[in-house]
Amino acid sequence: MNNTYYGKLIFELSQEGRCGYTLPKNELKEFELSALPSQLLRVNEPELPQVDELTVVRHYTNMSNNNFGVDTGFYPLGSCTMKYNPKIDEEIAAHRDFAVLHPWQPIDTVQGALAVYHGLQESLSEIAGMSEFTLNPFAGAHGELTGLMVMRSYHMSRGDDKRVKVIVPDSAHGTNPASAAVCGLEVVQVKSLPDGTVDVEDLRPLLDDTVAGMMMTNPNTLGIFEQRIAEIAALVHDCGGLMYYDGANLNPLLGRCRPGDLGFDIMHINLHKTFSTPHGGGGPGSGPVGVRQGLEQFLPNPRVTKNDEGFYDINFTDESLGSISGFLGNFGVILRAYAYILTLGCENLKMVGPLATLNANYVKESLKDCYELPIEGVCKHEFVFDGLKDKSSGVTTLDVAKRLLDYGFHAPTIYFPLLFHQALMIEPTENESRETLDGFIEVMRTIACEAHDNPDMVKGAPHHTPVRRLDDTQAALHPIVTFKELAQ
Amino acid sequence: MSYKFFPHTEGDVRAMLERCGLRSLDDLYGDIPSELQLHRDYALPEAMSEVEVRRFFDTLGSLNRTMTCFAGAGTYDHYTPSVVHDILRRSEFLTSYTPYQAEISQGTLQYIFEYQSMMAELTGMEVSNASMYDGATATAEAMMMAVAAGKKRNRVLVSAALNPMLVRVIDTYAKFHGVTVEMIEQEDGVTSRADFEKKVTQPDVAGVIVGIPNFFGIVEDYTGWADICHENKALLIMTCVASTLGVLKTPGEWGADIAVGDGQSLGIPMSFGGPGVGFLCTSKKLIRKMPGRIVGATHDMDGKRTFVLTLQAREQHIRREKATSNICSNQSLMALFVTVYMALMGKKGLREVNEMGYSGAHYLADRLVKSGKFTLAYPDKPFLNEFVVRTDLDIDALQQECAEEGIHAGIRVGADSLLLCVTEMRTKDEIDNLVELLTH
Repeated sequence: MNNTYYGKLIFELSQEGRCGYTLPKNELKEFELSALPSQLLRVNEPELPQVDELTVVRHYTNMSNNNFGVDTGFYPLGSCTMKYNPKIDEEIAAHRDFAVLHPWQPIDTVQGALAVYHGLQESLSEIAGMSEFTLNPFAGAHGELTGLMVMRSYHMSRGDDKRVKVIVPDSAHGTNPASAAVCGLEVVQVKSLPDGTVDVEDLRPLLDDTVAGMMMTNPNTLGIFEQRIAEIAALVHDCGGLMYYDGANLNPLLGRCRPGDLGFDIMHINLHKTFSTPHGGGGPGSGPVGVRQGLEQFLPNPRVTKNDEGFYDINFTDESLGSISGFLGNFGVILRAYAYILTLGCENLKMVGPLATLNANYVKESLKDCYELPIEGVCKHEFVFDGLKDKSSGVTTLDVAKRLLDYGFHAPTIYFPLLFHQALMIEPTENESRETLDGFIEVMRTIACEAHDNPDMVKGAPHHTPVRRLDDTQAALHPIVTFKELAQ
Repeated sequence: MSYKFFPHTEGDVRAMLERCGLRSLDDLYGDIPSELQLHRDYALPEAMSEVEVRRFFDTLGSLNRTMTCFAGAGTYDHYTPSVVHDILRRSEFLTSYTPYQAEISQGTLQYIFEYQSMMAELTGMEVSNASMYDGATATAEAMMMAVAAGKKRNRVLVSAALNPMLVRVIDTYAKFHGVTVEMIEQEDGVTSRADFEKKVTQPDVAGVIVGIPNFFGIVEDYTGWADICHENKALLIMTCVASTLGVLKTPGEWGADIAVGDGQSLGIPMSFGGPGVGFLCTSKKLIRKMPGRIVGATHDMDGKRTFVLTLQAREQHIRREKATSNICSNQSLMALFVTVYMALMGKKGLREVNEMGYSGAHYLADRLVKSGKFTLAYPDKPFLNEFVVRTDLDIDALQQECAEEGIHAGIRVGADSLLLCVTEMRTKDEIDNLVELLTH
């Protein structure tokens, strides 16, 4: 990373009369746009920048140098599964035979694209132990919403309209309760035990015939496998509810365990986590939703099917919950994930979970003498420290995170889950070498020493990044969100 | 075990297990009851080398047919300048995540700020969020935003001249979110003003959704609509094809409260329908009701101008079930895509793209009508680059014949109607060829 901050905005490079494009000559000038009634045309031209091509290239190249990605360095952001994104997947996604397809082309001209969609759908079903997947949802939270719509559609199809509650552990990602609310469901929170797992005794009295289902992440947000999952699933099923699996933490289970075999009925997968499609600064992702046998008919329109002759088709049905996307989701992301699965194959996919889990436990065991480990024992792909073990210096988790940036590492997820005040959630993926982890461990230990010896220096971190700590209170109090506002 | 994505040697695994006090990788799963574990390999193919992966996708790719595109209906074949692809491949952008650590994410934060600024300019609105999934879900989110802003109002009026693909998604979200959707009739290809004026007076109307252009490509005149909406305490939502706002009257100029749509038309490859990028712009007054992420300007402790995620108190990770939306990941990289596109094209480029689309589409319409075999479905209505023609000919057979020549001859929208679209990508020769095939 380059420490010289590049902070200009493209608008500030604009000069009236410059231009960064060429287009073919208009051969049909006899038909002029100015013939449109003037009250239908915009009065003021949009104030977009006027810049030449090289200026655009340098501008965004310099901006990229202010950024940190997985290709830059270690990115142990808990619950985000920041894997290496194989380069070949980018080439496959840009493949001309797929990139220029219009979604409504005649069905016999898109058989290859539908084969990709169907092939990934089937691969995910096998990996997750589900009957069928839709790849239409655009992201994890969109998958949650779609999955909950499947849940409600199932109950509605049986005329059971009173099931309006969904049970969510207090340790869940914020998207779980938010998705439930968008889906018109009432959120009921179930408590966690001190070890972070669901309190089954707290769950029992919540279960009645108003419960539509329960959402769980397993391993949970502390990286702990919910050992009583079979019992929990049985309890929820006995009261007539369905079990929803949030696939945010699926990575450690690869090769070892399938949500479908744990008693889950509906689930989503984050292709940008488990199947290594690039996070792209926050998207595009993809959140395929899988269901067990008996729920397939509720999956969203359109659905891709294959007939006995091997011909693929796109179907809309009335039983479906409806459409949740314009077409078949983020197809470019689907291509990448399929390429990733084919690249690894069954023999490497099964090593993903164990190696990710080994890496997490190795880091945990190597640091638990200087960071507070609230829950002992084997974790899965991630774990949570509750800040420094020695808190006497007043150095917080935020300070530790910022100091890590000085050493060239991305920070872990901080202040989540909410169960601990100083949560520091670390997830090293299977792609990281022992040397990288040792380097991280050493720096984390150094920071613990610095916190003791020179706390003010740590509290003032970062010192070596392109910019230093930001005033986010000011940003929220007086929001300036466009160049126009900034220039005023 | 040696594999290109796993750096672990056998010695590493042994030493790391030892540090953890474990003997084998199986011990890492000792807490999972054996009967819940998978004791077999996945029934999936074995690993492929890069050569084989390429060959696999080449083979599947050859089962597709890339076509000369005269279809629109929400997905448009525009030109992508080479620069855009090149910038998007920069792994500092591509392999980063949501810019939570602002000190090392100024690249992402800054392009989102530029994106918000450009989208606000394009739509004529005051503010934009950092992106949504696609145009359809952005429209559904706008509907929910209107309902949330309208307190106890939960009816939304939707123009029947809207793209049915949008209406399907609106219907789904409405059904589960408890919103009543009522259609405003369409009359001669445009949203019926009389029906709108009648229905908007109902006391529970939270919002009205109309299109720019509408599904039939018609540029509707919404003069006075915003005032009527506001007199009735409803928000006016306009769902737009982004590129067309380079020349068409903007939602801001019509007085709309929320502008949404898909940015795919800003040079993003069609890619079989995704990824595109949903956008949602609104007024400063409604900014705290807006779903999704927002980037704001601020300073760091040395006084440098910087950018940061802001107004997060609206979002799901803080507000949980009370959040304005459940959106978390958006389409950030595609926001970068359209930002670089708009930086290159500027206002002149966007105008030129629209002029070429207009010229091509009107030339095509003119020739089809002059053939005597087609009529314009809505002859008195103005259109930009998309329009509907009627014919007594067998449309399926015509489209089939065109497909055999590698031409995607529009989308059938009824027994005798065809929706056609022309962008700057189509040459006069291609248009002439299409006319020949459709009218010979």
